[in-house]
Amino acid sequence: MNNKIIVLLMSMLIPFLGKAQEVAGPEMADTFRSEGKIYVVISVISIIFMCLIGYLVYIDMKLRKLEK
Amino acid sequence: MIKWWKILAALLILYTLVFGMLGTVPHLDILNETIRNVYYHVPIWFAMLFQMGYSVVYAIKQLSKTDLRTDIISNQAAQTGLFFALPGLLTGSMWAKFTWGTWWTFQDPKLNGVAIAVLIYLAYFILRSSIDDEQKRARIAAVYNIFAFVMMFVFIMILPRLTDSLHPGNGGNPAFGKYDLDSNMRMVFYPAVIGWVLLSLWILDVKKRLAILTHKENEQ
Repeated sequence: MNNKIIVLLMSMLIPFLGKAQEVAGPEMADTFRSEGKIYVVISVISIIFMCLIGYLVYIDMKLRKLEK
Repeated sequence: MIKWWKILAALLILYTLVFGMLGTVPHLDILNETIRNVYYHVPIWFAMLFQMGYSVVYAIKQLSKTDLRTDIISNQAAQTGLFFALPGLLTGSMWAKFTWGTWWTFQDPKLNGVAIAVLIYLAYFILRSSIDDEQKRARIAAVYNIFAFVMMFVFIMILPRLTDSLHPGNGGNPAFGKYDLDSNMRMVFYPAVIGWVLLSLWILDVKKRLAILTHKENEQ
């Protein structure tokens, strides 16, 4: 039980270890893009945009019917 | 069925949504990843300026021949342009908060200019809606529209370049000179501008057809 608590406390220090190894230069989301799930975000944005375009197409078609 | 340039608009913006996120950008302090906002915030303003330009062209047409359709188109284009100013202002405010540290600053001539330009165009709609006689309304609205466009151009495009501005490319701030040279960003930025301008044209197309239809309906 005690061991677990120690491991937990130790694990909280991990971010600080990472900070020490940071390379100089402006912070960019480089690893975020290669390892993170950025593709999910892109697909979500794309789906929303395509839905909006679909809606615009729908309005356009409806208007065309009215014009006739 | 749907015109080719409308499909092109959708495809171009879709392309910039994907490659605007995945493409490589210059590593810069303060801006960090927010530099990608150039692909979304700036083209919105290009679309707004394009719509106002479209509006003033039809205002001039209106003065040379008395066709009420040109007045309708001119008005609808100004409405579309003003609509694009809204996301432009909101995204700009968001970007400013995380890079300049404030939602809005009166120190920046471009922000002040945009605020004044929006007010000038709001006055255009009030003026236009306050005149009942159609011919008279078309004429006065067209004259004011030309005035509004010139004022907007001075406030957004000229004055910010004469003084110091937080906006890159204006005044003493040379920041965008660096990104201008980045060919990776150009590959996304130019399609984004074309895409958003075409999308604004699509919205205008729908709006003006509806307005003309309503106008015909009222005449009968």
